[in-house]
Amino acid sequence: MITNNQFVRTNENALTFKQGVKDCIPTWLGYISVGFAAGIVGVSSKLSIVEITLLSALVYAGASQFIICALLAAHSPAMAIILTTFIVNLRNFLLSATLAPHFTKYSLMKNLGIGIFVTDESFGLAMNKIAKGEKLNDHWMNGINVSSYIIWVLSCVIGAICGNWIPDPKVFGLDFAVTAMFAALLVLQLQTLESSKLKHDLFLMAYMVIAMIIFSFFVPSHLAVILSTLIVATIGVVTDQ
Amino acid sequence: MSIDLSMILLILGCTMVTVIPRILPFVVVRNVQLPEPVLKWLSYVPICILTALVTESFIHQTNGFPKFEWPVFTAIIPTFLTAVWTKSLTATVIFGVIVMALLRLFI
Repeated sequence: MITNNQFVRTNENALTFKQGVKDCIPTWLGYISVGFAAGIVGVSSKLSIVEITLLSALVYAGASQFIICALLAAHSPAMAIILTTFIVNLRNFLLSATLAPHFTKYSLMKNLGIGIFVTDESFGLAMNKIAKGEKLNDHWMNGINVSSYIIWVLSCVIGAICGNWIPDPKVFGLDFAVTAMFAALLVLQLQTLESSKLKHDLFLMAYMVIAMIIFSFFVPSHLAVILSTLIVATIGVVTDQ
Repeated sequence: MSIDLSMILLILGCTMVTVIPRILPFVVVRNVQLPEPVLKWLSYVPICILTALVTESFIHQTNGFPKFEWPVFTAIIPTFLTAVWTKSLTATVIFGVIVMALLRLFI
């Protein structure tokens, strides 16, 4: 009886919470370096440690936190700050829309618990699992999300506490950890494809780079990300045989 | 170590506008069966977003005008090659950071 149970459990939960935490480790360097920087920027924008802690724990979004600090330092009106935050994070809508169909069998509460923690990194890791042909589950996703959240908030708080006497993370190339991470996730997305599909995706990537560069002349980069994705994903569907 | 009401309200406002785009699709998708073309479209989002995020890192906007960041772009190439070669996230991240640090040191 017991062995039977255990067998079922290990079989169902090949992607456990613990495995999620493990799979998340490669993203930590990125979270830590950006979180640190966000804490330092917060302090230099005259935010208190309590405010920085609340910001990272509630807003939980790197780019937005930087922009909120910058706008606060520039004495922008609250409505402008909230609107900008909304636009900067709008791409999370696309990420969630892509992730959500994989979790429909779970309860609404579980879905909300997963959705509320969606980040670029957690999304990338999840898509990586799917590209490998594995099935996502709630435990694994929570492992990713909870460890990401803890690491992020801690990094922001420590950055805020250490404030000015920590050198610029840029000097050590640490700011590049996030970009390297996205580049690796991109490559891992491609590696499982057959050659005709790979060629198609490489073309789409080229269109993406071109679209990003063109849009960057006219709109802020976070908007360029959304617009380029909307257009190129559509090109992807239209040109798909 | 202080916080005033207007700051709390501002943070709550920002929380609301970040939470809603994150959870809305999870609420909607449960009740609606997405049509095939939409699912197909969504399947292209990962490649597109990840490419966009990498591209964003080497376009630096100053005064609304984009500037090409050569050091970052230069670091991306060996980083990509490391990812293809090792297929490891950790190895790629560590190698990428080292390349970036060296580039900043010598350029």
